[in-house]
Amino acid sequence: MIWILLTITVVATTLSDLLQSYEMKRAGAQSVGARGMARLLRMIVERRYLLLSIVCLAFSFFAFMALLQSAPLSFAVPASAASFILETVLAKLLLKERIGARRAAGTLLVLCGVALLGR
Amino acid sequence: MPPSNRTIRTYFLLLLFLALRAFGNLALAWGAKHLPRTLAADPMVYLRSMLDPYVAIGIVLLMVALPVRLALLSVADLSFVLPTTAVGYVLAAVLGKVFLHETVTVQGWLAVALIFGGAAVVGSTPQSTTGKAEGAK
Repeated sequence: MIWILLTITVVATTLSDLLQSYEMKRAGAQSVGARGMARLLRMIVERRYLLLSIVCLAFSFFAFMALLQSAPLSFAVPASAASFILETVLAKLLLKERIGARRAAGTLLVLCGVALLGR
Repeated sequence: MPPSNRTIRTYFLLLLFLALRAFGNLALAWGAKHLPRTLAADPMVYLRSMLDPYVAIGIVLLMVALPVRLALLSVADLSFVLPTTAVGYVLAAVLGKVFLHETVTVQGWLAVALIFGGAAVVGSTPQSTTGKAEGAK
């Protein structure tokens, strides 16, 4: 059951993040003051990819919450980080982000750390 | 927006998001561990679980974290945001140890060092490489 919940968390998180990043790149720089927050909330309702990303996030959230009940926080949180390998590759392929040697090396270091934390 | 302003904004949003998510996850974990039944067994238990004050606080903090992360994604690449926000896993381990009495081993502290090191390396790269982070106020 733990692995099913983990898979749902990873897939839903990846999809949600890609959709959010795609929409926010299109939207341009946003702030988090009172007006900025109101504007961001309005964007979530008005932009269908952001709305879809929230649905994915909800799946991810409930799967993660169930995972937290059967696994310790110090396993559940780093294990669900498997999503960011998938996301980094897809960010390069789909979002056309430039992932240079330094960023790739840093990401690998973080990945090793997260994997170690989950053992 | 001048590059230095964008950098300051990026790191402000990053720190705010990390704090909100770390304490949100902690409150959720605290609340979830004290629920009487397994969540996966009955969907209605999910709704009832939201009445638990710790679960409710966790949900509110994570809900506020959402638009903050959207703002962060508006000024930085997803491939920049993911490793730098991984510092949150370190916070989760530390908070898990302090408040939930979970064990963090020597290996765990090595992991903490790797995550911080990796996040620092990624943090030294340009936040945005797609050239679309200009624009709205």
